[in-house]
Amino acid sequence: MNKVTQFGFAVAGLLVVVAALSPLLASWERVQSQDLVARLDSPDSHHLMGHDQLGRDELSRIIYGARVSMLVGLSVVTISSIIGILVGALSGYAGGWTDRIVSGFLFNVFLSFPGILLAIAMVAFLGPSLKNLIVALSVIGWVGYARLMRAQVLKVREYDFVVAARALGASNTRILLKHILPNSIQPLIVQASLGMAGAILAEAGMSFLGLGVPEPIPSWGKMIDDSREFWFTAPHLFIFPGVMIALAVLSFNFIGDGLREKLDPKQQGR
Amino acid sequence: MISFIAMRALAFFAARRFVIILPVLWAVVTLVFLLIHIVPGDPARQLVGENATEEQYQTARSELGLDKPLLTQYSDYWRGLVRGDWGTNPVTRQAVLGRIASRYPATIKLALTAMLIATLISIPLGVTAATHKGSFVDSFSTMIALLGISLPSFALGPLLVLIFSVDLGVTPVSGAGSLANLILPAVTLGAAMSAILTRVVRSSVLEELDEDYVRTARAKGLPERTVIYKHVLKNGLIPVVTVLGLQFGVLLAGAIITERVFSWPGVGSLLVDSISERDYKLTQGCILVIAATYVLVNTGTDLAYRFLDPRIKLD
Repeated sequence: MNKVTQFGFAVAGLLVVVAALSPLLASWERVQSQDLVARLDSPDSHHLMGHDQLGRDELSRIIYGARVSMLVGLSVVTISSIIGILVGALSGYAGGWTDRIVSGFLFNVFLSFPGILLAIAMVAFLGPSLKNLIVALSVIGWVGYARLMRAQVLKVREYDFVVAARALGASNTRILLKHILPNSIQPLIVQASLGMAGAILAEAGMSFLGLGVPEPIPSWGKMIDDSREFWFTAPHLFIFPGVMIALAVLSFNFIGDGLREKLDPKQQGR
Repeated sequence: MISFIAMRALAFFAARRFVIILPVLWAVVTLVFLLIHIVPGDPARQLVGENATEEQYQTARSELGLDKPLLTQYSDYWRGLVRGDWGTNPVTRQAVLGRIASRYPATIKLALTAMLIATLISIPLGVTAATHKGSFVDSFSTMIALLGISLPSFALGPLLVLIFSVDLGVTPVSGAGSLANLILPAVTLGAAMSAILTRVVRSSVLEELDEDYVRTARAKGLPERTVIYKHVLKNGLIPVVTVLGLQFGVLLAGAIITERVFSWPGVGSLLVDSISERDYKLTQGCILVIAATYVLVNTGTDLAYRFLDPRIKLD
């Protein structure tokens, strides 16, 4: 594993730990309590990231923001990968009309929509909430896994060991679960890692547009939007959340790229 | 020169491609139509507010078409789209299509400029990275590319404004009147695209450098510059054209955020305003326009790709 991938694992691991332990690392009271005298204060030794436009401690909000980011990312990856794997496996394995409808029509419709636009549309009409955000991002996310799974199924089902299993009378479910899925898992892990980066970026973007988690839960994208009037008088208000989003996205992209290179030597140096 | 047979094959392919996008466009319109029915509660009540009179409420219901059966609403929706009647806001009485039409050129201008900037950055950077594989320039371009993909536009935008407008004073902070106003939003929007393009150019040029014709060109003593810019680039840029077209659609979606950062008066900022004003018809209209442009640009790209590279089978 190269240094860049190691860096990705270290940063991503740290972010997951911070997200999980955020109630221990920062108090919820500091996230909410407003000190109007200290509003827009720059970072100092007591408040390492300064105060926001309402005088709340920026570091505590950043720590709790990691929670939203990781929670949305992990939920979206889990839900969309499960749906994608099921649909892709069904489409590839069943073939015929099922495959034609799923891969010829359904995939095309979802891919012909810019993903984030569909998510914006859904949350705009459903109303902003954590649940709706996760649902919307999962609805746009599953197609990537489904296409990959379908392609893997089409490839793996022709292998001799699958043909042998079928000849021995193994059921379709057994062939899918015991033979095809384990042999398709590697590219799916790469896709999940890149999907995590995409979901984190999408969550931040949706929150920036006011379509993310509602108050009082802090989200990095929303923190940047809320401070828009003070971007140039107190730049730390967009720099810290911006750096956190970039680090989170970068680390999962590094992991995805590193794993892909490891699993597919042809990609090396490309 | 393209032969008559090749032209006929291309025309046939274009017609086929168009037939294929029809169900996709139908699905897009149907999805957009159905959006209003996923609103929890009563959309008309949400539009006029709790304090509205019964008459105002009924007007809103009828404007949204919610007083009719679903199938009638659906056929009315199609009829309205075709006739250019995309609805009016029950409160402000402004026509949806008129508002979108007034904003559309600004979005296209922003997206095209972003694409131009991305191309101007990525081609020289990608070519240099490929011809100097493993060098400092190569690692530098990879790092820039990864940063461009990872840094969100709503953090990059304010950062660029802080440096170039507030500190250096070379560009205006916001607005949309002049060319100077266009530069920072276009750079912000194009950053992610230049990152992706640089990687595509690098990878495509690297692939071409292995080809026999490059060896021949070098063997006959052509200067390296001519080999790269006259031979390799011509073939290496074909995949780049496809990515450019596909990324144009992504730029349209990305413009929603960039327009909000810079208060740019395009369809994206209109969409965000319509959401906060709960102007459902306008939201539907904006989504439809962006999605339809995306589908059409992607189809156009597909055709251009096949036109540029006769080796691709028109099946």
